[in-house]
Amino acid sequence: MTTVSSQSLPSGALFSSYRLDGPYDEMFDSSGAPRPHCRALLEAIQAAALPELRQHQQDANSAFLAQGITFTVYGDDQGTERIFPYDLLPRVITAAEWRTLERGLGQRLTAINHFLKDVYHDERILKEGIVPRDLVHSCRHFRREMRGVHVHKDIYVSVSGTDLIRMQNGEFVVLEDNLRVPSGVSYMLTNREITKRVFPGLFDRYKVAPVAHYGQVLLSALRALAPETRQEPTFVVLTPGIGNSAYFEHAFLARQMGVPLVEGRDLLVHDNIVYMRTTAGLRRVDVIYRRVDDDFLDPLAFRPDSHLGVAGLLNAYRAGNVSLANAIGTGIADDKAVYAYLPAIIKFYLSEEPILQNVETYLCSNASERSHVVENLDTLVVKAVGEAGGYGMLIGPHSTARERAAFRAKILADPRNYIAQPTLSFSRAPCFVEDCVEPRHVDLRPYVLYGEKVQIVPGGLTRVALRKGSLVVNSSQGGGSKDTWVLEE
Amino acid sequence: MLLSRVADALYWTGRYLERAEHVARVIDVRLDLGLDRINKGGWDFARLYSDLQFTEPKEPPGTPAALVDAIVFDGANRESVIACVTAARENARQVREEISADMWEHVNGLYLRLREAKAEGTWSTRSHYLSRLIIEGVHLFQGITDATMGHGEGWQYLQVGRFLERVDVTAGMLCQHFPKESVGARAATTPAAQIEWVGLLRCCSALEPYTRVYTADIRPERVAEFLLLNSEFPRSIRFAASCVESSLRTIALHGARGSGGRAERLAGRLHASLDYGQVDEILSDDPQNYLKGINAQVDDVHAAIYQTYLGYPIETALPA
Repeated sequence: MTTVSSQSLPSGALFSSYRLDGPYDEMFDSSGAPRPHCRALLEAIQAAALPELRQHQQDANSAFLAQGITFTVYGDDQGTERIFPYDLLPRVITAAEWRTLERGLGQRLTAINHFLKDVYHDERILKEGIVPRDLVHSCRHFRREMRGVHVHKDIYVSVSGTDLIRMQNGEFVVLEDNLRVPSGVSYMLTNREITKRVFPGLFDRYKVAPVAHYGQVLLSALRALAPETRQEPTFVVLTPGIGNSAYFEHAFLARQMGVPLVEGRDLLVHDNIVYMRTTAGLRRVDVIYRRVDDDFLDPLAFRPDSHLGVAGLLNAYRAGNVSLANAIGTGIADDKAVYAYLPAIIKFYLSEEPILQNVETYLCSNASERSHVVENLDTLVVKAVGEAGGYGMLIGPHSTARERAAFRAKILADPRNYIAQPTLSFSRAPCFVEDCVEPRHVDLRPYVLYGEKVQIVPGGLTRVALRKGSLVVNSSQGGGSKDTWVLEE
Repeated sequence: MLLSRVADALYWTGRYLERAEHVARVIDVRLDLGLDRINKGGWDFARLYSDLQFTEPKEPPGTPAALVDAIVFDGANRESVIACVTAARENARQVREEISADMWEHVNGLYLRLREAKAEGTWSTRSHYLSRLIIEGVHLFQGITDATMGHGEGWQYLQVGRFLERVDVTAGMLCQHFPKESVGARAATTPAAQIEWVGLLRCCSALEPYTRVYTADIRPERVAEFLLLNSEFPRSIRFAASCVESSLRTIALHGARGSGGRAERLAGRLHASLDYGQVDEILSDDPQNYLKGINAQVDDVHAAIYQTYLGYPIETALPA
């Protein structure tokens, strides 16, 4: 099946193990010819040849190490630090593709913000039975404390990171929404910086939309949350601290925006007002871009054993004396079971057809869908609704009978906690692995910012399943990332 | 306006790097001087340990390489160079949004280089080059800091840490060289004594600057005067104390908290006592006591910085 279609693939050792055996390929069409927007990229790769590619890859790895963009290997007391794998070859998205994505993502986030407002106030969508009340109220991330709480300008989600995949027909679909504390944007920015530095020749024949202004755009989205009564509002980024694997990103964003990076212990609440402890005394804080999960935000309201948050923060928030981005309780909208209702949610609030489609999803809470799932575990992907990071997943075709039996038991014990989706044949992009160029599965996570209006920096994080044949792109599971180019018109 | 935690981390970054540099220089000088005496009964590292004010282990290292492993590379020893550089880097990592990217990359690079050197295993026998690597690494950090970071409040905390540590370690080291009884104007007559005084000057990078002021005529009271009271030499205690005072004065202006004066006043008093100090009086009285007094004043300044800026009780700072 492969031999016919691969005939016009580039010759030479570099591409000798490249195959077009199945999913959509980001660089080549099914005949093996490069897609028009990838032609120049292919030429640049071939011109560079192996020694130069190796050199560039090595330069990139040492640049990440020098900048300390690393994570500590847990359980290694030598303190060994590893870099997140970076793939040298950029992934290219055309201007026309981007226009659709931009419209679709904006539509989706607008509807999500309406939905969150409604669920915590009037419950119209629940009363009309569009989304089952049980489903929302049984969600682990539903926060009763947020009922009736006024959220400044009704902006619940200021920052979303939406995971998209490209299907066989070349169309992007939404795989999941990340509406709590989406991470990875620093990789979008540093990947670009590194690519420019180590492989400048690639940029010669392209007009790539810049992404470097993300910090300014993020700050402007946060500005929308500042109370009008405060003349010079203070913004901070709240991090769980240096032990968090995304700490680099928290510091990076604080630096990009020029605002202090605080930890819970730097803040305190007095009379429902949040202060930070500075060398010049206490200073009032108005807007917190928090990178701490709901559970850990306030030991008085949520987990009492958490030292990462600030005692009394929830009350200060409910009193309207401080804004949080994202709001508390947004996790109900990225619950993987609520996800299945997103097309209906968009229609309900906006009276529009969804521009970006969902992946077909079976809810195990629904009896007939559940029996379909347990009978077809070998072909489906099963996910726990509240999990992220590639944990709590079963990939049917790659699973053992024992694993399937275990999941079957779990599903039957707690159906609300599981959904299933067909095993998707999502797209692959050329990657430089072990001295060859080979295709690997990729997804795409653009970052959508919601302030006075929706803004999306043209680009995103392309995550790569670097292990051959793997479908899991998460960094905790052997994934890497690559620079993502959105072309200008 | 600076977060107290950030100011704290900057202060300790300054202190730890200064300490790393000091340890590296003392090792370099002591191992070099030791070679001149190698045939007179093997290695004796007692002086090195006392210069650094480290407790000498029960079984002292037998060779220079073993010594370097213990004092430079042993991360479990909290006083080792690698422990100091690691601590400085950890502190810098916590304030990455405050310092420049160049500063971070440099201190991170120094840390990685040292780990690499440790793994390579060939550096213990090349102690001079290893010391240079550390000393230059710290100098470069200071140069990059001055050239790429705004000289605002955060920069001042780096300075305070660096110079307060310098006062502390220099006074401590001098204390080991001046016996309790007066040395008065006793000339350094014996060659062995001569070497000791030269060694002390070199441990402070002060040999050439000294000779420029006093010629190569090395006398204890002049060495004391130079290292304690010289107003121009950047590693003298007086010079370092003046830097501490001037940074704390600037910090007090930023702070504008009622009690902002205490740290500045204590540092000013230390500086003034050195400004008007007389070396003959210091030496004829009780030099060790005098130097210990300086260490005590360093502790007081440190405590005042915490009390005023970094760890003040919340109750005193709440709005009325």
